[in-house]
Amino acid sequence: MAKAKRDDVAVTVLDKDGLGDFIKNLRKSGYQVFGPRRDSDAVIYDLIDGADDLPAGWGSEQKGGHYRLRRRDDGALFGYGLGPQGWKRQLYPPRQKLFAATRKEGGGFTLAPPAPPDPPMAFIGVRACELAAIARQAKVFGDRDFADPGYQRRLAEALIVAVQCGEALDTCFCASMGTGPEVKAGFDVKLTELIDESRHVFVAEAGTPRGAKLLKAAKPASPADIKAAAQVVKNAEIQQKHLDPAAARALAANPEHPRWDQVAARCLTCGNCTMVCPTCFCTTVEDVTDLKGDNAERWRKWDSCFTTDFSYIHGGAVRTEARSRYRQWITHKLSTWVDQFDETGCVGCGRCITWCPVGIDITEEAAAITGQGRN
Amino acid sequence: MNVLPHDPMVPVPFRIEKVRRDLSDTFTMEMVPEAGGDFAFRPGQFNMLYVFGVGEVPISISGDPADRSVLVHTTRAVGTVTEALDALKPGDVLGVRGPFGTAWPVEAAFGHDLVFVAGGVGLAPLRPAIYQAMAHRERFGRVIVLYGARTPEDILYKKELERWRGRFDLDVLVTVDRATGKWGGNVGVVTNLVARGGFDPLNTASFVCGPEVMMRYAAAALEKKGVARDNIWVSVERNMKCGCGLCGHCQWGPHFTCKDGPVFRFDGIADLFQIREL
Repeated sequence: MAKAKRDDVAVTVLDKDGLGDFIKNLRKSGYQVFGPRRDSDAVIYDLIDGADDLPAGWGSEQKGGHYRLRRRDDGALFGYGLGPQGWKRQLYPPRQKLFAATRKEGGGFTLAPPAPPDPPMAFIGVRACELAAIARQAKVFGDRDFADPGYQRRLAEALIVAVQCGEALDTCFCASMGTGPEVKAGFDVKLTELIDESRHVFVAEAGTPRGAKLLKAAKPASPADIKAAAQVVKNAEIQQKHLDPAAARALAANPEHPRWDQVAARCLTCGNCTMVCPTCFCTTVEDVTDLKGDNAERWRKWDSCFTTDFSYIHGGAVRTEARSRYRQWITHKLSTWVDQFDETGCVGCGRCITWCPVGIDITEEAAAITGQGRN
Repeated sequence: MNVLPHDPMVPVPFRIEKVRRDLSDTFTMEMVPEAGGDFAFRPGQFNMLYVFGVGEVPISISGDPADRSVLVHTTRAVGTVTEALDALKPGDVLGVRGPFGTAWPVEAAFGHDLVFVAGGVGLAPLRPAIYQAMAHRERFGRVIVLYGARTPEDILYKKELERWRGRFDLDVLVTVDRATGKWGGNVGVVTNLVARGGFDPLNTASFVCGPEVMMRYAAAALEKKGVARDNIWVSVERNMKCGCGLCGHCQWGPHFTCKDGPVFRFDGIADLFQIREL
């Protein structure tokens, strides 16, 4: 009975079927459940029907400009590292309607807000770095003078099932950024995948009353399970890449460093880094009308500071050179973001390294420009 | 009552009451909320103006902040949306979001000489501050308006400048880059007018608005006269899309120009002014 009081921190164990039931229950309760699934040659976050959709036995090999799925021999469901896109796709969709405007007879027009919201979402498999990214975007979209009500609502409704990493990718540096690999806060349920010769289970810990409710029927974890889960995440602390966030603050003070020209010579200004970055939040708007011109809509779309149009004011763009645009991106991420939001805009997920077609490495560039040795 | 809606991204319909052509490419519109109500703002702030189906542009408010019954915008037609604005007539409706951004600190300048330095259409965002200063005229020492235009034909608010010049409590100096027609006045950049002085540099607040290069030189001229950086304010233009710090476009170093600016105290941004393509 005494245990019932501790329901909100209940630690339980689920087997694969248990995880399947868990997902099924979420769907039954009306959530749109998103989780990792293999889609051709990548693992992406998408709607899933059940545990069978999870990318069992798939791992990934990642380095600068390189992503390959690899078979794993342990059948792990959460062994794929990180896919190309974080959860901003769900929480902050690439295209959102801001309003619809309709001409009135006799002049003028009416404005209607966007369509009513979709059902709440549940996210399966949110990594520690991704939880940090969600928290950073939440701050951008509502911590200060103005809020994005849509973002805040989607996040407040979302049920978050975090997964602790059991190993780091070659591109990971969450340990330096202080965002992982251990999942510490911001989850409803935290999973740790345990695989050995005798079993394949998930240690599941509730972080909120709503998470605890979902785990009510599950079997309590033994002290040995809890210890094993802690060891799993220890393995992921071993990381190849490092970034010193305090030193990287100096990027803004080095706008004329010769390295900017050097990196600009490699950078294709394609904007991939901004699209895969889980904290990048810039958007533009698009106005559309029907053929008769009686109905207009305004849409908000993800944008990238790597386009010349991004900084356009009458007379031309402010940042015409690749050098200025790369400088804007990395300086904002690692330096001026701190001025704006009292924390860094980088969570150390390494996606910008993997998905840069020429393999530009944020940790190397930051180190070179702020005068640190090669990491 | 202010008409800013809960969702800062959804405009409020305003009906145009009057349109006045100021210059060949510049016009002033007066508008009122279609659903009634007032519009309150502080001098230096801007609105996002939406033309049905075409798009939105940031335009500073150029009316009198003491008059909440009407919203006044002066716009130069230089792009798709501003040209579409130019085509609107009295009775037409446009969308308004705002007001956004920081203000000219008119009240904080009480007790000082007040020097306005404007270039071109940059007089429009300063006009509300001039109105506000003149409404509290007794709180200032000298009040000086220095204005530079390209040619005599480009002088904005010409009649109003003439009226102001006729007052005994306001000094107005106008210069043009290039004299045309019968122009018998000053020729040269507005910075030259700063050099003439006529204010107590140790006790002067200055509000500067115009093209970025003009503001850089004007601030330098004011500093040379002895006005401290923390007594100079400038209004910075960047690509503002949302107006409320959510879209990222107008970032300038650590600042979101739309909400940390457009009015900045010069000592805080003097270094940024020197960095190319920031």
